Amino acid sequence: MAQAAIELVGISKSFGAVRANRGIDLEVARGTIHGIVGENGAGKSTLMSILYGFYQADSGEIRVGGRPASIRTPNDAIAAGIGMVHQHFMLVDNFTVLENVILGAESDAMLKKSIARARSELERLEREYGLEVDPDAIVEELPVGLQQRVEILKALYRGAEILILDEPTGVLTPAEADHLFRILRQLKEQGKTVVLITHKLREIMAITDTVSVMRQGAMVATRETKNTTVEELAELMVGRRVLLRVEKGEASPGAAKLAVDNLTVRDSRGVTMVDRVSFEVRAGEIVGIAGIAGNGQSELIEAICGIRRAVSGTVLLDGRPIDLTGAADPGELRERGLAHVPEDRHHVGLVLAFEENENSILGYHDRERYAKGMFLDIDAIRDDAREKIEKYDIRPADCRLKTANFSGGNQQKIVLAREIEQNPGVLIVGQPTRGVDVGAIEFIHKRLIAMRDAGKAVLLVSVELNEIRSLSDRILVMFEGRIVGERGPDATEGELGLLMAGVERRETAA
Amino acid sequence: MSTPYARLPGWADYGLIPLINLLVAFVVAGFVVLLVGENPFRAAVILVEGAFGRGQGIAYTLYYATTFIFTGLSVAVAVHCGLFNIGTEGQAYMGGLGVAIVCLSFDRMLPWWLTFPLAVFASAAIGALWALIPAYLQARRGSHIVITTIMFNFIAASIMVYLLVGPLKPLASQAPQTRLFLEGGRLPKLNWVIELFGGKVRSAPFNVSFLLALAMAFGMWVLVWRTRFGYEMRTYGFSPKAARYAGISETRVIVLIMMVSGAFAGMMALNPTMGDQHNVAIDFVSGAGFVGIAVALMGRSHPVGIVLAAILFGMLYQGGAELAFEISRDMIVIIQGLVILFAGALEHMFRPAIEALFASFSPRAVGLAASGKDG
Repeated sequence: MAQAAIELVGISKSFGAVRANRGIDLEVARGTIHGIVGENGAGKSTLMSILYGFYQADSGEIRVGGRPASIRTPNDAIAAGIGMVHQHFMLVDNFTVLENVILGAESDAMLKKSIARARSELERLEREYGLEVDPDAIVEELPVGLQQRVEILKALYRGAEILILDEPTGVLTPAEADHLFRILRQLKEQGKTVVLITHKLREIMAITDTVSVMRQGAMVATRETKNTTVEELAELMVGRRVLLRVEKGEASPGAAKLAVDNLTVRDSRGVTMVDRVSFEVRAGEIVGIAGIAGNGQSELIEAICGIRRAVSGTVLLDGRPIDLTGAADPGELRERGLAHVPEDRHHVGLVLAFEENENSILGYHDRERYAKGMFLDIDAIRDDAREKIEKYDIRPADCRLKTANFSGGNQQKIVLAREIEQNPGVLIVGQPTRGVDVGAIEFIHKRLIAMRDAGKAVLLVSVELNEIRSLSDRILVMFEGRIVGERGPDATEGELGLLMAGVERRETAA
Repeated sequence: MSTPYARLPGWADYGLIPLINLLVAFVVAGFVVLLVGENPFRAAVILVEGAFGRGQGIAYTLYYATTFIFTGLSVAVAVHCGLFNIGTEGQAYMGGLGVAIVCLSFDRMLPWWLTFPLAVFASAAIGALWALIPAYLQARRGSHIVITTIMFNFIAASIMVYLLVGPLKPLASQAPQTRLFLEGGRLPKLNWVIELFGGKVRSAPFNVSFLLALAMAFGMWVLVWRTRFGYEMRTYGFSPKAARYAGISETRVIVLIMMVSGAFAGMMALNPTMGDQHNVAIDFVSGAGFVGIAVALMGRSHPVGIVLAAILFGMLYQGGAELAFEISRDMIVIIQGLVILFAGALEHMFRPAIEALFASFSPRAVGLAASGKDG
């Protein structure tokens, strides 16, 4: 094995009572791409934050290039040659690329000299690594994929030898992701070391040399990528065997349950987020809406569910219109059989500070069966919650526990149980498996298929192409607020990817 | 990485932490007493004996506590809805107007047990109405409730001064207050209860509004945790987005809960007026509304906590009066300030350390077992 670029020895870190990292040992060889996978909350981000100086480890040692390094702030990390590309970019939107790159690395009182030097240095980096970006472009005008390149340039400009990328592909189209991987390979060839944090196993298999798996704050395994399989990694992450494929039969769609016609929605700034969108969801089918986050999917769902007002258009639920202008009452829509699993379960779908049983009636708290006059029927609510816990295998099986103490997957099951058990005719689901552990994904997918087979109309919005492809009977692709295409479930990833990127953006993205 | 989250057992959360905070407040206060050259133990003895030593002291402590229960409930109930009602002071002051109207009109003809319910209703209604305007402005116009309620305190004070030096003042009087209420506007004392337990009470204003306060504390518990409206209001308090998703009307929740808050505040007026002074005088609230903020904080916005915290502050007021007499007036102000500082403002100071301590003893007790389970 080559010489180690980074060695972590016995790193432990606790937050109050939570032990986020427990005695982590990790060795990353120079000039390799090393993947770190794990479920949400496994401690990946904490570990990288320690390496980058955001947190201090409670115990353990960091060695960079064989020498013990004391990394107390991000500046120490940069000095040691470590650069980080965050999941959420740390760029000044209204600065140019060049200005962003030198930010924090200006050398004189006047900028002129630093800018000139940075420009020639940038040109060199761009040539060397295939990181083409116009140095004078304003960052906010760049597509996300290019913004990410700016982040990488920033790190390289500061002399990073080791590059940490935290969930880098979450916001990218498949084509942009491929391009990123090409860049990473090039970096590797030039002798840089790359640490890639992700929960997408496909990416790990595609690009890494070695991979480490974290579970519940501990490093449970390190493998050479060529000697492992997706199934093995999934099992290591979850701690048990997981079925990754979704099994489903033919759909037998019936009459239209939800009909959206010419719907237009603007956000609070008046920007058109949904632009004359029309589609139908029929009984007994799952319609998937694919698209990169931020292309109007969220606004579309919110408008249909009465949370956001629409500018124009009509939505028919079972042939009867939904009031879109005055922001319809979500409670009334529930009465009419429209259930909604929101994208953001932490702030919208659940009240984390509530007990589990309190969340199991959110939105349905006016129903006769949960109330005695103006009072809540606590016994009925808890019995009902216990039933759902049993049926959906929600763990821990304690309806009095605060919802925040459940894992992401179990929280999502609480929402799903609540919405599905009201037996709605139409189910709208946003990002059903975002931040959900692999084991729960399997369960959730089965539930959605079961809804479909029971003759319900399911509208699925997800940024995970795999999910869309394996669940949907029809796939709609949304780009910049418009539906730019409809495909069958057999559409290839590349085909959908191009649609998601918008045809006119094909050159920049590819 | 999800948010580091730990959960303490209830007795530690609601018992141990407030107790530690209180203890620290008294230790620091002790040093202050020492600094000015007095004996802190003597001061402590005077304080506690003054409050609980004799029946007389206990009666006064409970009298003050009554006031603070009302204002504490007022602040706390709004906190559950995510609203910070700083206007309790003004709402209580305006509640006095309701008491004055009822008592001045009916004290000649009705017995106390008929005027009392009327006065309860009138004071609560005016308190609620006084909270309605800021609530409406918050719900419909987005004017921040903290700012508007503070301003409404000043408006309330001005209105009451105008009324008490004008329309409500007897003609020949020079004092800015109403005439004395007659028998029908005076609440019976509860001092006999203390005497039942062997305490001696010469004369103290401890009266039946204490029972009303306890009933309201129970009422708040029912409202917040057992009604559908309480559920909607807590949902909104924790997450306005979740409330929107659940079809809960923001305007309705904000307006109603602020009116409840104002009603609790308004009822506070009964205690010092009908219960003690038998008139409505200028500035009769004298900061009780602001003490209510500290009481609500310390009582963790739970009725039981509020009653206990109100008794603590009642003790500080009563024992403090003794201390002011024996040592100095400033001393008690300092001690009260320190209690508010440690129990209220620095409520979370010792929490991380205590959570870590509990976790090291038993990770299960703080809910770690839960977060480790798979999906």
